[in-house]
Amino acid sequence: MKKFFVGLALATIAFTGAASAQEAPFAKQIKARQGIMVYRALNIGVLGAMAKGEVEYNAEAAQKAADALVSSGKLDVSMLYVPGSSNAENPDSTVKPEVFTEDLGIGAKAADFNTAAEAMQAAAGGGLDGLKAAMGPLGKSCGGCHEVARIPQN
Amino acid sequence: MRRLLRLFYIVLILGVAVAWLVLRPNPLPDDALAGMTGDPARGELIFWAGGCASCHAGDKATEDAKLVLKGGQRFPSPFGTFVAPNISNDPEAGIGAWSDLDLANAMARGVSPKRRHYFPVFPYASYAKADLQDIVDLRAYLATLPADPTPSEAHEVGFPFNIRLSLGGWKFLFLKDGWVVDGDLTVEEQRGRYLAEALGHCGECHTPRNALGGMETGRWFAGGPVPAGRGNFPNITPAKLDWSNTDIVEYLTSGFTPEYDSAGGHMALVVQNMARLPANDRAAIAAYLKRVPPSE
Repeated sequence: MKKFFVGLALATIAFTGAASAQEAPFAKQIKARQGIMVYRALNIGVLGAMAKGEVEYNAEAAQKAADALVSSGKLDVSMLYVPGSSNAENPDSTVKPEVFTEDLGIGAKAADFNTAAEAMQAAAGGGLDGLKAAMGPLGKSCGGCHEVARIPQN
Repeated sequence: MRRLLRLFYIVLILGVAVAWLVLRPNPLPDDALAGMTGDPARGELIFWAGGCASCHAGDKATEDAKLVLKGGQRFPSPFGTFVAPNISNDPEAGIGAWSDLDLANAMARGVSPKRRHYFPVFPYASYAKADLQDIVDLRAYLATLPADPTPSEAHEVGFPFNIRLSLGGWKFLFLKDGWVVDGDLTVEEQRGRYLAEALGHCGECHTPRNALGGMETGRWFAGGPVPAGRGNFPNITPAKLDWSNTDIVEYLTSGFTPEYDSAGGHMALVVQNMARLPANDRAAIAAYLKRVPPSE
């Protein structure tokens, strides 16, 4: 009898474990995607604080942040954005399911980000005015994907 | 008995007459635009402030394609699905043949050149507060944009909401003169109010609506659920939006939030429009937002 209950308990644990794995697929891929976004946000934050006048302009720090943004755009993320890893399958993701079923032009939008990041890289160390001017296109390139590919955030 | 019947007919005719007075389309007087001429350069600013392209450009249009106002974007709502019409410069499919007064009637009165009510998905409840000179300037700018022959699609709106005349009742209830945020505002705050309440029509999404689809002006900018969609329009009153003026201006310029997330959904389009305005206009909107009564 005791054996039976231990067996039942183990089976329950195994079953719920399997079920939760099934309910939340690609958890690590999603974490990695979001990690890249946070990494970008932190670096853009360095530039944004200078653009807003919250901290004093520092060419070296601005350059470092812009370089990091460009590097982040060079990561191969193809193994992170896999079919079955949208918000429809895993609520931790904010990616719309259409991203994997329709052509939303994501590739071109990612290229827009790289272009904007490179423009920031070219401008960031050269003075505050250039940095400020590069913020708009950079934000627009972020919004390009968020507009079509992300579920509502509110 | 015959006298009673006569009374009945009199009451009936009076009732129909009153109903007609309330429900009939009410265009501007023919001389409303007397002496005004359009300046297309000023009109371009009105175009971006009014966000025309965000709804009337083709689906998912970007960059130059935003200036081809061929329509076709779909807007689901509790009353049915509305399809944005072609307002390009094509004389047949679009509004190329419209006069200044036609555009002014559309925006300020919600009335078509054929004297029919427009559905308020076209945000004339906000545009009605625009200066007529701005509408004339906008007309001049729209005339410089490309023509596109794509025919407008019919709205998919069922009975009884498809009875256009009933929209006269909607207008009677919900078309209001005057500003929502009233009182002693600085010149900058007044400019922001004009941009936010009239041209920018922020309240059309950010103000909750009642069962008939009218904006609840008592809860101005308090946000609410997206009709027939996912998510919520955020509350942007000072009760919830605690960003500094600088944060708001940055958001309306680059789309970056104070956490350096970025605007998504339709708001990404709004930011792209706002980014085309002069910096002091964005600062004016930020100043105005601080004057909106806090609402939970």
